[in-house]
Amino acid sequence: MPDEQEIQLDLERQGIFLSTLNRLYNWGRRSSIWPMSFGLACCAIEMMAFGLSRYDVSRFGAELFRASPRQADLMIVAGTVTKKMAPQVVRLYNQMAEPRYVVSMGACATSGGPFRDGYNVLRGIDLLLPVDVYVPGCPPRPEALLHALMALQDQIDHQKLGRLRWYGSGNKPQTSDFPVPTFGAKGLEVDGRLIDPVGGLPLLSPYNAPEFGETKTGSLEHPEIVRHFPIMDPTVELEDAFKAQGVSPEIAANDLKRDEVGDGKA
Amino acid sequence: MLKTEELQINIGPQHPSTHGVFRMLVTVDGETVIDLKPVFGYLHRNHEQLAEQNTYLQNMPYTDRLDYFNSMANNQAYAMAVEKLAGIEVPERAEYIRVLMVELTRILNHAGALGFLINDMGMWQTQLAFGMREREKILDLFESASGARLMCNYFRFGGVARDLPPDFLPRLKDLLRAMPAFVDEMERLLCENDILMQRSEGVGILPRDLALAYSVTGPVLRGSGVAYDIRKAEPYSIYDRFDFDVPVGTVGDVYDRFLVRVEEMRQSKRIIEQILEQLPDAQGGHINPKARQNVRPPVGDVYARIESPKGELGFYLVSDGSTKPYRYKVRAPSFINLTPLGDMCRGYRVADMVVILGSIDIVMGEVDR
Repeated sequence: MPDEQEIQLDLERQGIFLSTLNRLYNWGRRSSIWPMSFGLACCAIEMMAFGLSRYDVSRFGAELFRASPRQADLMIVAGTVTKKMAPQVVRLYNQMAEPRYVVSMGACATSGGPFRDGYNVLRGIDLLLPVDVYVPGCPPRPEALLHALMALQDQIDHQKLGRLRWYGSGNKPQTSDFPVPTFGAKGLEVDGRLIDPVGGLPLLSPYNAPEFGETKTGSLEHPEIVRHFPIMDPTVELEDAFKAQGVSPEIAANDLKRDEVGDGKA
Repeated sequence: MLKTEELQINIGPQHPSTHGVFRMLVTVDGETVIDLKPVFGYLHRNHEQLAEQNTYLQNMPYTDRLDYFNSMANNQAYAMAVEKLAGIEVPERAEYIRVLMVELTRILNHAGALGFLINDMGMWQTQLAFGMREREKILDLFESASGARLMCNYFRFGGVARDLPPDFLPRLKDLLRAMPAFVDEMERLLCENDILMQRSEGVGILPRDLALAYSVTGPVLRGSGVAYDIRKAEPYSIYDRFDFDVPVGTVGDVYDRFLVRVEEMRQSKRIIEQILEQLPDAQGGHINPKARQNVRPPVGDVYARIESPKGELGFYLVSDGSTKPYRYKVRAPSFINLTPLGDMCRGYRVADMVVILGSIDIVMGEVDR
């Protein structure tokens, strides 16, 4: 790369503009990331502040909040994803055209946040969607979201057309190590098999938490282990979803029982 | 007349004008709304269930996230409920600081809500940007006092977390000096604007009797002509010391609710000016030094309510004598105000429906909890 830049600078001095197709593509994409106007909870208020005059995201070319997923490049998951909303979020993601990016804004979207122990709360949107940038905070300040956007632009700058799954012929499968579910007739499906919509939504992230002393870059490393969703037996009807394999809701809800946690009556 | 076919459509849960993840199952005949069924629960994040596992003080930051536009008002209602249950006294100065914060919250809530209402009428983001500009100024004050912009978590049992910073009052005075210009400008631009009046006058009428039957509260009720404000009807905290008026509408349409909110911002400013006069003489500190934060209230139940910017916000707590509430129930104004939506929308156009929803001013965090 440094050679390329030297040649380019040399030529620019002589009035010739030289670039690579990668750089041109990436420049175009990074400068017009249109987010979807899609607020889930509290973080949506900060997302609005980030779009309005004081923080002014249009400096980064991302001010055009689109209401339709078909026109959007970036999904900012701004708020708590509940189990009732999760299929809709996945459906919206699947309706977005490539290239598409996901920013997980706030503690709730990243891990469930303060509502993590709730029976109806998905513990992080990264259980279902590939997330590009995580923003900590509850809620994150608009500056933090701006920084996330810049981190995303940085990621886009390093993309190479030849290696992108969505570039070129149309019907390539999605990355095999990260199966994004689709919205089927009865709920979320992976490869035509139903993910348990009630209790079997995975409760732990496939990604390892950073260990002590380890520095995490902003970029996402794909997990080496293929993720297994608890898949339902296709013959079982939705009413019997409790019998699905994997984590049953009884076990999942067990840690929420008052007497086991201890209610401090002592 | 031709017989036309009815059509059922979904609006939401992802829709730019549903104010969050709210879904409306609408039956339309052409452009006319015949029936509307609200579907919610998309943001049900187990607030009440989680609250029963936490200690009383641990619940304070959760109340911020109920109605995330006015965290201070939620804090006050919850703190009042626990203080009533545990018999904690609040010093005078703390009460003044609390009322000051809640009235600032009311201004910023209405500035935002009117922006969203105009947004729904089709003026995309212009008024919202003005409203949010004012809002940011108030959020700066909140940040200097509590450390956070949005989720302030500022109230404690028996007072507030810390005293006002030294530059708070001068900055507040600057803000108040600039405030009337904002409200006047908004009134001049909007209140007699032809387009706004065509979109809002006579739209979404909620008659007085129906409003009372649905037990709606707040600006929606006052827009329907009922002069009911808990600050006047049952003066809690120190509201009996202030002189302010309760604006009331006459027809009960979207326009009345709009005007009521504009006037409430003025009245809140009046209250804040009186606070600024009386605050230097107030007794006590910012918190009752005898108040224990890890409260263990006696067995019993309590209901405390305040006039939040959206209506009556109440907390019902049952104590079994332990450090955690046995039952924790929120009477959320957004939720109750949403119930007459079907009656308000019936017979109007689809485009009016969006405006009517905007005029109720809901926040899904409070509706679904």
